[in-house]
Amino acid sequence: MTPELLAALNAARAAKQPVVVATKLPGGEQQLLPDPAAPADLAAAAARALDRDESGTVKLGDTEWFLNVYNPPMRLIVVGAVHIAQALVPMAAYLGLNVIVVDPRRSFATDARFPNVTLNTDWPDEAMDALAPDVRTAVITLTHDPKLDDPALDRALRSPAFYIGSLGSRKTHAARLKRLRELGHDDAALARIRGPVGLNIEAVTAPEIALSILAEFVAVRRNAPMASKEAPKAAA
Amino acid sequence: MSDAEAQDILSVASGWRAAGEQVAIATVTETWGSSPRPAGSQLAVTVSGKIAGSVSGGCIEGAVAEAAMKTIASGVPQLLDFGITNERAWEVGLACGGKLKVFVEKLA
Repeated sequence: MTPELLAALNAARAAKQPVVVATKLPGGEQQLLPDPAAPADLAAAAARALDRDESGTVKLGDTEWFLNVYNPPMRLIVVGAVHIAQALVPMAAYLGLNVIVVDPRRSFATDARFPNVTLNTDWPDEAMDALAPDVRTAVITLTHDPKLDDPALDRALRSPAFYIGSLGSRKTHAARLKRLRELGHDDAALARIRGPVGLNIEAVTAPEIALSILAEFVAVRRNAPMASKEAPKAAA
Repeated sequence: MSDAEAQDILSVASGWRAAGEQVAIATVTETWGSSPRPAGSQLAVTVSGKIAGSVSGGCIEGAVAEAAMKTIASGVPQLLDFGITNERAWEVGLACGGKLKVFVEKLA
Protein backbone atom coordinates (compact mmCIF):
# COMPACT_ATOMS: atom_id res chain seq x y z
CA MET A 1 0.00 0.00 0.00
CA THR A 2 1.36 3.39 -0.90
CA PRO A 3 1.45 6.15 1.73
CA GLU A 4 -0.69 8.19 -0.70
CA LEU A 5 -3.42 5.54 -0.79
CA LEU A 6 -3.25 5.14 3.00
CA ALA A 7 -3.56 8.91 3.43
CA ALA A 8 -6.57 9.00 1.09
CA LEU A 9 -8.14 6.08 2.93
CA ASN A 10 -7.59 7.67 6.33
CA ALA A 11 -8.99 10.99 5.04
CA ALA A 12 -12.13 9.24 3.75
CA ARG A 13 -12.57 7.48 7.09
CA ALA A 14 -12.12 10.74 8.98
CA ALA A 15 -14.80 12.30 6.75
CA LYS A 16 -17.07 9.28 7.50
CA GLN A 17 -17.29 8.33 3.83
CA PRO A 18 -17.92 4.67 2.96
CA VAL A 19 -14.96 3.42 0.90
CA VAL A 20 -13.43 0.18 -0.34
CA VAL A 21 -9.77 -0.66 -0.91
CA ALA A 22 -9.60 -3.10 -3.84
CA THR A 23 -6.43 -5.20 -3.96
CA LYS A 24 -5.55 -7.37 -6.94
CA LEU A 25 -4.40 -10.79 -5.73
CA PRO A 26 -1.72 -11.91 -5.55
CA GLY A 27 0.09 -8.95 -7.20
CA GLY A 28 -1.13 -6.30 -4.78
CA GLU A 29 -2.10 -3.44 -7.13
CA GLN A 30 -4.63 -1.31 -5.31
CA GLN A 31 -7.26 1.32 -5.80
CA LEU A 32 -9.67 3.23 -3.62
CA LEU A 33 -13.37 3.11 -4.51
CA PRO A 34 -15.78 4.67 -5.30
CA ASP A 35 -13.85 6.16 -8.21
CA PRO A 36 -15.54 7.37 -11.40
CA ALA A 37 -12.59 5.99 -13.37
CA ALA A 38 -13.01 2.44 -11.98
CA PRO A 39 -14.24 -0.38 -14.24
CA ALA A 40 -18.00 -0.87 -13.94
CA ASP A 41 -17.80 -4.47 -12.66
CA LEU A 42 -15.33 -3.53 -9.92
CA ALA A 43 -17.39 -0.48 -8.95
CA ALA A 44 -20.54 -2.62 -8.70
CA ALA A 45 -18.77 -5.28 -6.61
CA ALA A 46 -17.45 -2.59 -4.27
CA ALA A 47 -20.92 -1.08 -3.89
CA ARG A 48 -22.34 -4.52 -3.02
CA ALA A 49 -19.58 -5.14 -0.47
CA LEU A 50 -20.30 -1.78 1.19
CA ASP A 51 -24.00 -2.54 1.23
CA ARG A 52 -23.42 -5.93 2.90
CA ASP A 53 -20.73 -4.39 5.12
CA GLU A 54 -18.57 -7.41 4.40
CA SER A 55 -14.99 -7.60 3.17
CA GLY A 56 -14.04 -10.51 0.92
CA THR A 57 -12.57 -11.75 -2.34
CA VAL A 58 -14.39 -11.58 -5.68
CA LYS A 59 -13.42 -12.89 -9.09
CA LEU A 60 -14.06 -10.49 -11.96
CA GLY A 61 -13.12 -12.06 -15.30
CA ASP A 62 -9.75 -13.67 -14.71
CA THR A 63 -8.79 -11.32 -11.90
CA GLU A 64 -9.20 -11.98 -8.20
CA TRP A 65 -9.79 -8.91 -6.05
CA PHE A 66 -9.86 -8.53 -2.31
CA LEU A 67 -12.37 -5.85 -1.36
CA ASN A 68 -11.76 -4.38 2.08
CA VAL A 69 -14.80 -2.47 3.28
CA TYR A 70 -14.45 0.67 5.38
CA ASN A 71 -17.93 1.78 6.34
CA PRO A 72 -18.32 4.72 8.71
CA PRO A 73 -19.08 3.71 12.30
CA MET A 74 -22.66 2.76 13.14
CA ARG A 75 -24.52 5.43 15.09
CA LEU A 76 -26.12 4.96 18.46
CA ILE A 77 -28.66 7.55 19.56
CA VAL A 78 -29.21 7.37 23.31
CA VAL A 79 -32.26 9.25 24.56
CA GLY A 80 -31.82 10.10 28.23
CA ALA A 81 -28.58 11.38 29.75
CA VAL A 82 -29.23 9.18 32.79
CA HIS A 83 -27.01 7.05 35.00
CA ILE A 84 -27.28 3.98 32.75
CA ALA A 85 -26.31 6.16 29.79
CA GLN A 86 -23.12 7.13 31.62
CA ALA A 87 -22.18 3.45 31.66
CA LEU A 88 -23.56 2.70 28.19
CA VAL A 89 -21.86 5.53 26.30
CA PRO A 90 -18.21 4.66 26.96
CA MET A 91 -18.88 0.95 26.34
CA ALA A 92 -20.60 1.77 23.04
CA ALA A 93 -17.72 4.03 22.03
CA TYR A 94 -15.33 1.17 22.76
CA LEU A 95 -17.39 -1.03 20.43
CA GLY A 96 -16.69 1.54 17.73
CA LEU A 97 -20.11 3.22 17.66
CA ASN A 98 -20.60 6.89 17.01
CA VAL A 99 -22.70 7.89 20.03
CA ILE A 100 -25.09 10.83 20.34
CA VAL A 101 -26.88 11.52 23.62
CA VAL A 102 -30.21 13.33 23.43
CA ASP A 103 -31.75 14.93 26.52
CA PRO A 104 -33.38 18.36 26.77
CA ARG A 105 -32.80 18.37 30.53
CA ARG A 106 -29.61 20.35 30.72
CA SER A 107 -28.88 19.29 34.28
CA PHE A 108 -28.50 15.74 32.97
CA ALA A 109 -26.91 16.42 29.58
CA THR A 110 -23.68 17.99 30.76
CA ASP A 111 -20.15 17.69 29.44
CA ALA A 112 -19.03 16.80 32.94
CA ARG A 113 -21.29 13.75 32.97
CA PHE A 114 -20.59 12.87 29.32
CA PRO A 115 -17.06 13.92 28.41
CA ASN A 116 -16.14 13.73 24.70
CA VAL A 117 -19.69 12.81 23.65
CA THR A 118 -21.98 14.63 21.23
CA LEU A 119 -24.85 16.00 23.33
CA ASN A 120 -28.10 17.18 21.79
CA THR A 121 -30.38 19.14 24.12
CA ASP A 122 -33.26 19.55 21.68
CA TRP A 123 -36.61 17.92 22.39
CA PRO A 124 -36.32 14.26 21.28
CA ASP A 125 -38.67 14.53 18.27
CA GLU A 126 -36.75 17.52 16.91
CA ALA A 127 -33.43 15.87 17.69
CA MET A 128 -34.51 12.67 15.94
CA ASP A 129 -35.74 14.59 12.89
CA ALA A 130 -32.36 16.30 12.63
CA LEU A 131 -30.37 13.10 13.22
CA ALA A 132 -32.47 11.13 10.69
CA PRO A 133 -31.76 7.53 11.79
CA ASP A 134 -30.80 5.24 8.89
CA VAL A 135 -30.26 1.48 8.54
CA ARG A 136 -26.91 1.80 10.34
CA THR A 137 -28.42 3.59 13.33
CA ALA A 138 -29.58 2.17 16.67
CA VAL A 139 -31.91 4.10 18.98
CA ILE A 140 -32.19 3.40 22.70
CA THR A 141 -34.48 5.29 25.06
CA LEU A 142 -33.56 5.32 28.73
CA THR A 143 -35.53 8.13 30.35
CA HIS A 144 -38.59 6.17 31.60
CA ASP A 145 -40.43 9.45 30.98
CA PRO A 146 -43.16 9.17 28.32
CA LYS A 147 -42.76 12.87 27.50
CA LEU A 148 -39.20 12.14 26.33
CA ASP A 149 -39.22 8.46 25.34
CA ASP A 150 -42.46 8.44 23.34
CA PRO A 151 -41.59 11.13 20.76
CA ALA A 152 -38.17 9.51 20.26
CA LEU A 153 -39.71 6.06 19.76
CA ASP A 154 -42.37 7.49 17.47
CA ARG A 155 -39.69 8.97 15.23
CA ALA A 156 -37.51 5.85 15.48
CA LEU A 157 -40.43 3.69 14.29
CA ARG A 158 -40.90 5.98 11.30
CA SER A 159 -37.21 5.48 10.42
CA PRO A 160 -35.29 2.44 9.11
CA ALA A 161 -33.20 2.25 12.33
CA PHE A 162 -32.03 -1.36 12.64
CA TYR A 163 -32.20 -1.56 16.42
CA ILE A 164 -34.72 0.17 18.65
CA GLY A 165 -34.63 -0.49 22.38
CA SER A 166 -36.50 0.99 25.28
CA LEU A 167 -35.71 0.67 28.96
CA GLY A 168 -38.57 -0.18 31.29
CA SER A 169 -40.28 -3.07 33.00
CA ARG A 170 -42.75 -5.30 31.18
CA LYS A 171 -45.59 -3.28 32.68
CA THR A 172 -44.04 0.04 31.68
CA HIS A 173 -43.39 -1.34 28.23
CA ALA A 174 -46.97 -2.58 27.77
CA ALA A 175 -48.27 0.88 28.66
CA ARG A 176 -45.75 2.43 26.28
CA LEU A 177 -46.87 0.20 23.41
CA LYS A 178 -50.47 1.17 24.06
CA ARG A 179 -49.61 4.88 23.81
CA LEU A 180 -47.58 4.33 20.63
CA ARG A 181 -50.45 2.38 19.11
CA GLU A 182 -52.63 5.43 19.69
CA LEU A 183 -50.08 7.39 17.64
CA GLY A 184 -50.84 5.07 14.72
CA HIS A 185 -48.18 2.35 15.00
CA ASP A 186 -49.39 -1.18 14.24
CA ASP A 187 -48.26 -4.51 15.74
CA ALA A 188 -45.54 -5.04 13.15
CA ALA A 189 -44.07 -1.61 13.88
CA LEU A 190 -44.31 -2.04 17.66
CA ALA A 191 -42.60 -5.43 17.44
CA ARG A 192 -39.47 -3.58 16.29
CA ILE A 193 -39.03 -2.15 19.78
CA ARG A 194 -36.91 -4.30 22.04
CA GLY A 195 -38.49 -3.92 25.42
CA PRO A 196 -37.55 -4.62 28.08
CA VAL A 197 -34.31 -3.72 26.33
CA GLY A 198 -31.27 -5.98 26.50
CA LEU A 199 -30.48 -9.66 26.80
CA ASN A 200 -31.80 -11.25 29.95
CA ILE A 201 -28.63 -11.71 31.99
CA GLU A 202 -30.29 -10.62 35.24
CA ALA A 203 -28.40 -7.34 35.06
CA VAL A 204 -28.69 -5.17 38.18
CA THR A 205 -26.13 -2.36 38.16
CA ALA A 206 -25.93 0.39 35.53
CA PRO A 207 -22.84 -1.11 33.85
CA GLU A 208 -24.47 -4.56 33.85
CA ILE A 209 -27.61 -3.15 32.20
CA ALA A 210 -25.43 -1.33 29.66
CA LEU A 211 -23.66 -4.62 28.95
CA SER A 212 -26.95 -6.45 28.42
CA ILE A 213 -28.17 -3.74 26.03
CA LEU A 214 -24.98 -3.76 23.99
CA ALA A 215 -24.90 -7.57 23.97
CA GLU A 216 -28.37 -7.48 22.42
CA PHE A 217 -27.25 -4.81 19.95
CA VAL A 218 -24.39 -7.08 18.84
CA ALA A 219 -26.71 -10.10 18.63
CA VAL A 220 -29.06 -8.15 16.34
CA ARG A 221 -26.24 -6.72 14.26
CA ARG A 222 -24.67 -10.15 13.76
CA ASN A 223 -27.96 -12.03 13.28
CA ALA A 224 -27.38 -14.25 16.31
CA PRO A 225 -30.22 -16.74 16.93
CA MET A 226 -30.85 -15.23 20.36
CA ALA A 227 -31.65 -11.89 18.71
CA SER A 228 -34.96 -13.20 17.38
CA LYS A 229 -36.73 -13.33 20.71
CA GLU A 230 -40.48 -13.43 20.75
CA ALA A 231 -42.00 -10.13 19.79
CA PRO A 232 -43.54 -8.38 22.78
CA LYS A 233 -47.33 -8.31 22.88
CA ALA A 234 -48.89 -4.91 22.75
CA ALA A 235 -51.33 -4.10 25.52
CA ALA A 236 -54.92 -4.26 24.38
CA MET B 1 -13.67 -4.16 8.60
CA SER B 2 -15.86 -1.49 10.00
CA ASP B 3 -14.87 -1.82 13.64
CA ALA B 4 -13.23 1.34 14.88
CA GLU B 5 -10.64 -0.75 16.66
CA ALA B 6 -9.59 -2.37 13.37
CA GLN B 7 -9.59 0.91 11.52
CA ASP B 8 -7.39 2.62 14.07
CA ILE B 9 -4.63 0.22 13.04
CA LEU B 10 -4.32 2.16 9.80
CA SER B 11 -3.93 5.45 11.65
CA VAL B 12 -1.28 3.83 13.82
CA ALA B 13 0.50 2.44 10.74
CA SER B 14 0.37 5.83 9.07
CA GLY B 15 1.88 7.43 12.18
CA TRP B 16 4.67 4.86 12.30
CA ARG B 17 5.50 5.45 8.64
CA ALA B 18 5.54 9.21 9.18
CA ALA B 19 7.97 8.69 12.07
CA GLY B 20 10.36 6.92 9.69
CA GLU B 21 9.53 3.32 10.57
CA GLN B 22 9.48 0.55 7.97
CA VAL B 23 5.95 -0.84 8.06
CA ALA B 24 4.08 -3.82 6.63
CA ILE B 25 0.33 -4.40 6.71
CA ALA B 26 -1.21 -7.87 6.84
CA THR B 27 -4.89 -8.33 5.97
CA VAL B 28 -7.13 -11.40 6.29
CA THR B 29 -8.61 -11.91 2.80
CA GLU B 30 -10.52 -15.19 3.25
CA THR B 31 -11.47 -17.51 6.08
CA TRP B 32 -12.96 -20.99 6.29
CA GLY B 33 -14.25 -22.72 9.39
CA SER B 34 -13.68 -21.29 12.83
CA SER B 35 -11.31 -18.39 12.28
CA PRO B 36 -11.52 -15.84 15.05
CA ARG B 37 -11.01 -12.74 12.90
CA PRO B 38 -13.12 -11.99 9.80
CA ALA B 39 -11.89 -10.98 6.34
CA GLY B 40 -10.64 -7.42 6.47
CA SER B 41 -8.96 -7.76 9.88
CA GLN B 42 -5.55 -6.13 9.84
CA LEU B 43 -2.21 -6.22 11.56
CA ALA B 44 0.51 -3.62 11.19
CA VAL B 45 4.10 -4.51 12.04
CA THR B 46 7.42 -2.67 11.93
CA VAL B 47 11.02 -3.80 11.49
CA SER B 48 11.68 -2.35 14.94
CA GLY B 49 9.18 -4.84 16.40
CA LYS B 50 6.03 -2.79 16.94
CA ILE B 51 2.74 -4.62 16.36
CA ALA B 52 -0.84 -3.30 16.21
CA GLY B 53 -4.04 -5.23 15.52
CA SER B 54 -4.49 -8.91 14.77
CA VAL B 55 -5.27 -11.39 12.01
CA SER B 56 -6.10 -14.34 14.28
CA GLY B 57 -6.54 -15.15 17.91
CA GLY B 58 -2.78 -15.01 18.28
CA CYS B 59 -1.82 -18.33 16.69
CA ILE B 60 -0.33 -17.01 13.43
CA GLU B 61 0.77 -13.49 14.32
CA GLY B 62 4.39 -14.61 14.79
CA ALA B 63 4.53 -16.27 11.38
CA VAL B 64 2.83 -13.29 9.73
CA ALA B 65 5.30 -10.87 11.33
CA GLU B 66 8.16 -13.03 10.07
CA ALA B 67 6.73 -13.00 6.53
CA ALA B 68 6.23 -9.26 6.84
CA MET B 69 9.97 -8.77 7.41
CA LYS B 70 10.63 -10.51 4.08
CA THR B 71 8.09 -8.33 2.32
CA ILE B 72 9.57 -5.19 3.81
CA ALA B 73 13.05 -6.28 2.64
CA SER B 74 11.97 -7.32 -0.87
CA GLY B 75 9.04 -5.00 -1.47
CA VAL B 76 7.13 -7.99 -2.88
CA PRO B 77 3.70 -8.69 -1.37
CA GLN B 78 2.78 -12.22 -0.27
CA LEU B 79 -0.48 -14.13 -0.04
CA LEU B 80 -0.08 -16.59 2.83
CA ASP B 81 -2.19 -19.68 3.46
CA PHE B 82 -2.72 -20.96 6.95
CA GLY B 83 -4.72 -24.02 7.85
CA ILE B 84 -4.90 -27.72 8.39
CA THR B 85 -4.39 -28.62 4.72
CA ASN B 86 -1.19 -26.62 4.61
CA GLU B 87 2.22 -27.81 5.71
CA ARG B 88 2.70 -24.60 7.60
CA ALA B 89 -0.04 -25.69 9.96
CA TRP B 90 2.44 -28.02 11.57
CA GLU B 91 4.84 -25.18 12.16
CA VAL B 92 2.27 -22.61 13.13
CA GLY B 93 -0.50 -24.71 14.55
CA LEU B 94 -4.01 -23.39 14.13
CA ALA B 95 -5.57 -24.58 17.37
CA CYS B 96 -8.96 -23.41 16.14
CA GLY B 97 -8.87 -25.79 13.16
CA GLY B 98 -9.79 -22.98 10.80
CA LYS B 99 -8.15 -21.88 7.57
CA LEU B 100 -7.34 -18.43 6.39
CA LYS B 101 -5.48 -16.43 3.77
CA VAL B 102 -3.47 -13.37 4.73
CA PHE B 103 -2.17 -10.75 2.30
CA VAL B 104 1.06 -9.08 3.41
CA GLU B 105 2.19 -5.83 1.82
CA LYS B 106 4.77 -3.18 2.48
CA LEU B 107 3.62 0.33 3.30
CA ALA B 108 5.76 2.13 0.76
